[in-house]
Amino acid sequence: MIAAATAAPASSARHAWRRFARHRLALASVLVLALLCLLAFSAPLFELALGTDSERVNLFSRLAPPSAQAFLGTDELGRDMFLRLLEGGQVSLLVGLTAAVAAAVIGTFIGLVAGYFGGRFDAFLMRFTDGIIALPLLPLLIVLAAIDLDKLGIPAAIANSENISLYRIVLIVALVGWTTVARLVRGAALSIREREYVQAAKVQGAGSWRIMRVHILPNLISPIIVATTLSVGNIILLESVLSFLGLGIQPPIPSWGNLLTNAQALISTAPLLAFYPGFLILLTVLAFNFLGDGLQDALDPRAVRR
Amino acid sequence: MTRYLLDRMVQSVAVLAIMSVVIFWLMGLMPGDPIDLMISADPRLTPEDAARLRELHGLDLPISERYLNWLTAALSGDLGFSRLFAMPVLEAVLPALGNTVLLLGISFVLAVAIAFLSGIAAAMNQHRKLDYAINLLAFAAISIPSFWLALMMITLFSVTLGWLPASGTESVGGGGFLDKARFLVLPVLTLTIVSFGSHTRFVRASMIETLRQDYIRTARAKGAGEGRVVFKHALRNALIPVVTILALDFGFLFSGALIIETIFAYPGMGKLIFDAIMGNDYNLALVTLLFATALTLFCNLAADLAYAWLDPRISYTGDGA
Repeated sequence: MIAAATAAPASSARHAWRRFARHRLALASVLVLALLCLLAFSAPLFELALGTDSERVNLFSRLAPPSAQAFLGTDELGRDMFLRLLEGGQVSLLVGLTAAVAAAVIGTFIGLVAGYFGGRFDAFLMRFTDGIIALPLLPLLIVLAAIDLDKLGIPAAIANSENISLYRIVLIVALVGWTTVARLVRGAALSIREREYVQAAKVQGAGSWRIMRVHILPNLISPIIVATTLSVGNIILLESVLSFLGLGIQPPIPSWGNLLTNAQALISTAPLLAFYPGFLILLTVLAFNFLGDGLQDALDPRAVRR
Repeated sequence: MTRYLLDRMVQSVAVLAIMSVVIFWLMGLMPGDPIDLMISADPRLTPEDAARLRELHGLDLPISERYLNWLTAALSGDLGFSRLFAMPVLEAVLPALGNTVLLLGISFVLAVAIAFLSGIAAAMNQHRKLDYAINLLAFAAISIPSFWLALMMITLFSVTLGWLPASGTESVGGGGFLDKARFLVLPVLTLTIVSFGSHTRFVRASMIETLRQDYIRTARAKGAGEGRVVFKHALRNALIPVVTILALDFGFLFSGALIIETIFAYPGMGKLIFDAIMGNDYNLALVTLLFATALTLFCNLAADLAYAWLDPRISYTGDGA
C-alpha cells in the first residue's frame, strides 16, 4: 500500500515529463530561456572582459557598427548595445517573473476564496473579475503609471528612489494580471470542495483556511503553474509597452521596452538598434508561451488528446 | 429575453458609473493640476491669483463634490473644455472616434477572417504539417510586441522600400479615397497581425472540439461530404464560444489601437487618450477613458446577445425566449 502510494507520484511525474518532452517547441523554449537568462545574468563578466560597462557614454563612437569591442555596435550615445541588451534583459526577465508570481498569488487567493465559500461572495468576486477583464486595460494602466505618488501620501524618499519604477510596474501589472489564475482556481476549487475527503475534513472540524491550504491548494498547483507560465509572456509584453511609452521602467535603468523609446527617431539612421530589443522580447515571450503550452499538455491529463 | 437585456444594460451602466468615479479619483492623483499649469505658463500669476482661480473653478472643493459637479455638468451635456485642443471635449472626441472605429473595424474583420480560414484549416488537418505551421504563426503573432512590429513595418515599408506613408491619415493638402487608404494600410496590417493569433487558436480549438462530437460522426456516417460536415454541421456550433471570446477581446484590440495609433500618429481615440494623459488634459482624458470603457462594455453586451441568438439552447427567460 505504502509502496504504491509513493510509486504513483514518481511514475505520474515520469509520464508528465514524457508528455512534455514530446512537445519539441516547449523543450527548445527551455533551452532558449536558459540561454537568455545565462547571458543576461553574466553581463558583469562581459563588462569585465570588454573593459567597459553598459552605461559608459562615448560620444566619439556613436551609432558605431558591430565590432570586436562592441558585438552589436553602439547606440546614439556611444553605449555598448550588447551590454545594454543584457542589462535590459535582466530587468525585463526579473520584472516579468516577479509580476507574474505576484499576479498568481493574488489570483490564487481570490479564486480560492470565491470557489470555496461560493454563494453571493463568489458571485460578487467573479463579477468583479469579469469587470476587470472587460476593461480597456492599457489606457487605465497608463493612468495608473502616470499618477503622482506624492498625492497618494507616499514619503518622498521612497517616491523618488531610483528603483521605484521597478516596484511600481510590478505592482501595476500584478493588479490587472491576476484574473486568469483567479477564474481557473475558482473553477477547480468549486469542484474540489465537494469531494469526499474535503467533506470528511470538514466533519472532523477542520477550519476553512486549513481546508483551503491543506486539502484544496495542493491539488491546484499544476493548473496554477501552467496559467502563471502562460501569463509571463503577456506580462513581459505589458511591461515593455509601458516602458516604451516612457511610463514603465525609467532610464537610467535599461529594459528591453525602454531601449526602444528612442528607436523611432533613429529608425532611418540605425534600424538595427530598434530590431534587437524587440526581437529579444518576441523570443522570450514566444518561449514562455510554448513552455506554458507544453506544461499544459504535460500536467493537464485531459490534454493527452493533443 | 427583454428582461435579460434590460438587466445587462443596467449592469453595464452601473459598471460605467463605478468606472467614472474611479477614473475621476485617479485623475485627481495625476501630477499637477490645471492651475499649476496656468502658473507655469504665466509667471505673473501670484499665489493669491492661483487661490482665486482654484476657487473660481471649484478646485478647492473636496473630490466628492468636484465629482458631483462634473457629473451634473456632464449629464446635462457639458463635457468640459479640452485645454490641449482648445475646443470643447466633444468636438475633439467625435472625429477621433470615427477614425478609431474605421481602424478597429477593418482590422477586426480582417483578423477574424484570417482566424476562421486558418483555424478551420488547422482543425481539419490536425497533427499535420499545415496545422503545426498555422499554430507556430499564431503563437508568433500572440508573442510579438505590437509597438515593435509597428516600428519594423515603418522601417521596411516606409523607410527602406518607400511604398507606404509612416504616419497621419492623408497627404498634405488632402487626398482622395485611395490616398487615405494608403495611410491606413500599415496601421491596419499591424493591428491585424497582433490580434489574429489568439483568435486563430480559439477557432482551431473550438473546431477540433466540435468535430469530435457524435452528431458529426452521424453526419459523416449518413454520407455527407467533408465540406458539408465542416461548414454546415460543425462551424455553426464551433462559432458559439468563439463569438463570445472575439467580443471579449475588444478591450485588447482597443489597447492595441492605442499603441498603434500613437506610433503611426493616427488621430484616433487611443492616441487622444495617450496625448490627453501625457498632456495633463484632465477633461479630455476623463471623457476619452469613459468613452473607451463604454465602447468595450457595449461590445460585451453585443457578445451576449449574439451568443443567445446563435445558440437556441440558451434561454435567458426560462420560457424559451
